[in-house]
Amino acid sequence: MATHSNGEGAEASAKKLRTRPLAASVILLGGLALLAFSMALSISIGAKDIGLSVVWEAIRHFNPDLTDHQIIRSLRMPRTLACALTGAAFAVAGSVMQGMTRNPLADPGLLGINAGAGFMLAISFAFIPHLLFNQLIWLSFAGAAGATALIYGLGSLSRGGLTPVRLALAGSAISALLLAISEGIALKYRIGQSLDFWLFGGAAGVRWAQVDVILWWIGGGLLVAMVLARYITLLSLGDETAAGIGVRVGLIKFVGAIVILILAGASVAVVGFVSFIGLMVPHITRYLVGVSYRWIIPCSAILGALLFVLADLGARMVRPGSETPVGALIAIIGVPFLLYLARREGREL
Amino acid sequence: MAAKSIYAASDTKRRAKAWSTVVGLALLVVVVFVISMNTGYIRLSPLDVGRTLFGFGTDKQELILFQFRLPRIVISVLVGAGFALAGCILQGITRNPLADPGLIGVNSGASLMVILFVALRPSISASPPYTLPFLAFLGAAGAGAAVYFLAYKRSDGVSVLRLVLVGIAVQAGISAAIIVLTQRLNPEQYQFAATWLAGSLWGANWKFVLTLLPWMAVFVPFVLSKARTLNVLSLGDQLSVGLGARLQRERLLLLLAAVALAGSCVAVGGAISFIGLIGPHLARRLVGSRHEILLAASALSGSVLLIAADTISRISDTPTGIIVAIIGAPYFIYLLARAK
Repeated sequence: MATHSNGEGAEASAKKLRTRPLAASVILLGGLALLAFSMALSISIGAKDIGLSVVWEAIRHFNPDLTDHQIIRSLRMPRTLACALTGAAFAVAGSVMQGMTRNPLADPGLLGINAGAGFMLAISFAFIPHLLFNQLIWLSFAGAAGATALIYGLGSLSRGGLTPVRLALAGSAISALLLAISEGIALKYRIGQSLDFWLFGGAAGVRWAQVDVILWWIGGGLLVAMVLARYITLLSLGDETAAGIGVRVGLIKFVGAIVILILAGASVAVVGFVSFIGLMVPHITRYLVGVSYRWIIPCSAILGALLFVLADLGARMVRPGSETPVGALIAIIGVPFLLYLARREGREL
Repeated sequence: MAAKSIYAASDTKRRAKAWSTVVGLALLVVVVFVISMNTGYIRLSPLDVGRTLFGFGTDKQELILFQFRLPRIVISVLVGAGFALAGCILQGITRNPLADPGLIGVNSGASLMVILFVALRPSISASPPYTLPFLAFLGAAGAGAAVYFLAYKRSDGVSVLRLVLVGIAVQAGISAAIIVLTQRLNPEQYQFAATWLAGSLWGANWKFVLTLLPWMAVFVPFVLSKARTLNVLSLGDQLSVGLGARLQRERLLLLLAAVALAGSCVAVGGAISFIGLIGPHLARRLVGSRHEILLAASALSGSVLLIAADTISRISDTPTGIIVAIIGAPYFIYLLARAK
């Protein structure tokens, strides 16, 4: 397969295959510092602004008698941590999807995986409202798995496979359908406005109980994604090429799908529907660090976390005193990006 | 020579069969229409319906039939046909069997205007009854235009791929804006907006039938007259450019017609998806892909589907759009699975 490419093609692919370890290191170190700073900022700014020194104090020497310390410990910290974790998770899920499917439009939101998780959560809100979070998260996984199975199944059933555009169309239709039914349930049980907030993303109500659960799931998912990174780079060159080198394509794709499910499912269970992080961040990262997923995955994680923490901060500042759903804010940032991809189609699609 | 006449004979036969299917569909519309007239909170027997129609019913029966049920059913017929025709046009010109009026942004554009209106006006009932459909139509047309211009490039006009992607992007953007707005609504406004968004034939009285009719009267014949153009366009860009250079102009005209039809239907019927997707599909399976017959069959299938869904929605007290989604989804998934 790879052997009969002419000189020009080889040159072009060599250009495409460039990696930039230096840029990646800068992103990793600088990004981490920036992330730490914006997380501190996010903890400090809110309905009641609390100085950074008090934040530091509350983390180092927690004093339960001080209200500020209480706010920081029980409200702001879990919220900020949840944003960082889920931002990283959505971005890495998108990277893994884009790498494995070689589909530039792959994103857990656009392809309906978020909607699948959300649909199951809507059902549980309406019919079994008193579930504990660590039970709820399994439903979220199941929903995400259902939607993924639907899309994978469609891909393998349809003749000629799913092209990027067909996949995007299928995903948006499946999302629309699951949302319609979720909203029908919401209307019938009058849980609409509370469900809506969560349907469109928000970390406002996150508490430690949830963070404690997702920490393990998302941490584990990110770790496995890192282990897979080498194989994902090979898969991004094409299934045949990868198989030719000796990659067990089926196995890697299966494990990759599980990782995507866990990352997206756990994130949706905490912060609701957030699309576009998984679409934008991997593209930007690839542009900055080159084609090796060993760099793309950790850098995506950091940039995704940074984006989500900052967006959450922005969502709180749009109208002080009330919450704007952060998912909507990210979509408003992400739509021009999707339009840009749409307008330069042909080169990549 | 002999071979040619055999071909012609089988073609005539096939066409006759397709037309008889269309007649069958029309009869089915009538049957579902009658069943729908009988069904509701208060059941009217077919005999009662007949008697009432000819002016021999009780006052109560007349009130139910003429003021509540009949306008709603007529709206279903028109809206179902309008969505399905718009879907049929879009599937033809994008050559994408999964295209649907929602794709060109009309549903989300209309929804945005409705939410804006609800958010800015404290009382919905105080404004003139035409305001909401008019605004919804403006929103639908605006979003349709935005999708068209964003998908337009000077080098090659509007490509199918760009239309699809831009449509998805515009929808995502408008949905985000809607969500930001709904957070400001009070619970009563929210319930109205959510019901509208879920697609319910809320404007079910004769005034809205009269609002919708002129649009249908202009655009349905126009679309039917463009059947041949659609046949050519559905062959693909290269081929149809070879057959005549006015490709872009014809495509724009047909897109405008699709926006006008879907936009006016969204304005009256609410954001109902899937009819525009599934109506044309059912029709294509029944009568094949010649637009002369396909367009008529699509319109009729759309009507049947929507009257049936609306009847179920009246019995079950669930918005029509959700019933349509629940019926339409499994069929859609089946279509995706077997699409080439």
